Amino acid sequence: MAFFEEFSRELIKGIGKENPTIRLVIGMCPPLAISTSVLNGIGMGLAVIFVLLGSNIIISLLRRYIPSKIRLPIFIGIISTFVTITDLCIEAYFPILHKSLGIFIPLIVVNCIILARAESFASKNPVVLSIADGIGMGIGFSLALILISAVRESLGQGTFAGYSILGEKFDPALVMVMAPGAFFVVGAIIAIFNYMEMKKRWKS
Amino acid sequence: MRDITEERKLLMTLPPHLSTGETIHCLMFDVVIASVPIILASFYYFGPRALWVIFLSSFAAVLTEVIIQVGRIKPLTLKNFVYKVVTDERVTVFDGSALVTGILLGFNLPPGVPFWIPIVGSVIAITFGKHFFGGLGNNIFNPALFARAFLMVAWPHHMTSWVLPIDWSKLLTQPFTPWSYDAVSTATPLSVAKIKTVEYPIVDLFLGKVGGCIGETSALAILIGALYLLYKGTITWHIPIPFLFTVGLVAWILGKNPLFHLFSGGLFLGAFFMATDIVTSPVTRLGRILFGIGCGLLTILIRIYGSYPEGVCFSILIMNACTPLIDRYTLRRRL
Repeated sequence: MAFFEEFSRELIKGIGKENPTIRLVIGMCPPLAISTSVLNGIGMGLAVIFVLLGSNIIISLLRRYIPSKIRLPIFIGIISTFVTITDLCIEAYFPILHKSLGIFIPLIVVNCIILARAESFASKNPVVLSIADGIGMGIGFSLALILISAVRESLGQGTFAGYSILGEKFDPALVMVMAPGAFFVVGAIIAIFNYMEMKKRWKS
Repeated sequence: MRDITEERKLLMTLPPHLSTGETIHCLMFDVVIASVPIILASFYYFGPRALWVIFLSSFAAVLTEVIIQVGRIKPLTLKNFVYKVVTDERVTVFDGSALVTGILLGFNLPPGVPFWIPIVGSVIAITFGKHFFGGLGNNIFNPALFARAFLMVAWPHHMTSWVLPIDWSKLLTQPFTPWSYDAVSTATPLSVAKIKTVEYPIVDLFLGKVGGCIGETSALAILIGALYLLYKGTITWHIPIPFLFTVGLVAWILGKNPLFHLFSGGLFLGAFFMATDIVTSPVTRLGRILFGIGCGLLTILIRIYGSYPEGVCFSILIMNACTPLIDRYTLRRRL
């Protein structure tokens, strides 16, 4: 089952050791800008998974026919097609989510996770592996986004996905839902993951 | 085989060739000694609660430092622990730097804050302000001010509620009232001056008989501490004097009362105790003067035109960020 192994490896690497947000620190615009509530995080995560999956499949299918000199405009064209689909769907079915994500849905076009996967993976690998890569990277991104927004929402508003969890007496730290809070939380999470990695290395 | 003395002559050592026996430990405890008059003044003006806030913030700072340093011991065993404490010079628990951060943070809090504020503030100062940048000597921002800015943005309602200094003359007639802290709430002179023109007696501002942070109100106590630090050579005049001078000068040019701006708010504390932090200020003399002028300019501009009534904290933080640049342009190059 060599193929299955390869498939699952590509799937898992995006969640773990090549996690786009925590390990590679790319595509930082949504984690910094819209991670003020868990629902935002989930919505943005799903949107990115869909766009990443779609663009990876199409680019992988067309990889032999894309001239390398004009590949970037073609990638952007394909990606923006999927972004437009997502944007219109969210606007039609989840108008509240669309309102709170706002400009950041169209901005998925320039999210460098998607372009990076297209450039460095989908344009060089067969379709099935590109699907695994897209799903893995998308899930890794969504998990990191949900983690960041959970910390920010619970510390900054005392709620989780809109439900109060920390009680009446909790004094929310306003800074956490403001712009600096995003940097604090992202930095702290990256530091914690690096620390855990270091601990693992000391043991071996 | 060469003569052993001949070999000795060629022995090279790293730059600091002269040692005065002064260590980080000495520098930090000088600051602790210098802060004693301020602690006494804070007790006089704000009562035992001020001491509690200072104690809690210093205690939390030292405890956080201990936890982080223990956490960085690779495989945590008793042998490694003892080895690290005895040999590793990066163990900065005992040099008192965390204690100084805690005390300075305590000085920067209003006396009426809930007791969890100094604890949270110290934890943030030591973890985010200091150790995330690599520990003592690597931090870009002054940890105490960093924590104050964080608390200021996070819990503005706690950080801007002030109380009047205690009136000790009532102690004889009503022995228990000064200690109760349903005290009279007030505004700092600066936040009042933001809204309307007022005249505060300069003597009150100088002695500290106004609302404000625990350690910032009494310019007199800060001056006593600062003179000690200047005498010991822990700080030099190159930062505080240009800082104060610029604030006074620009206030005068803009038609405000320079003495009022000099003695109100945290200017003295900031100029003598915060801006002079050796880690986060420039190393050259010219650089320090520029640093002081920059702090003063930003402070007075924030005070007069900004949305906050007080600008010392933010101006020092901004100049901290400029420190590497200042150093780069003022360091003497070897020709």
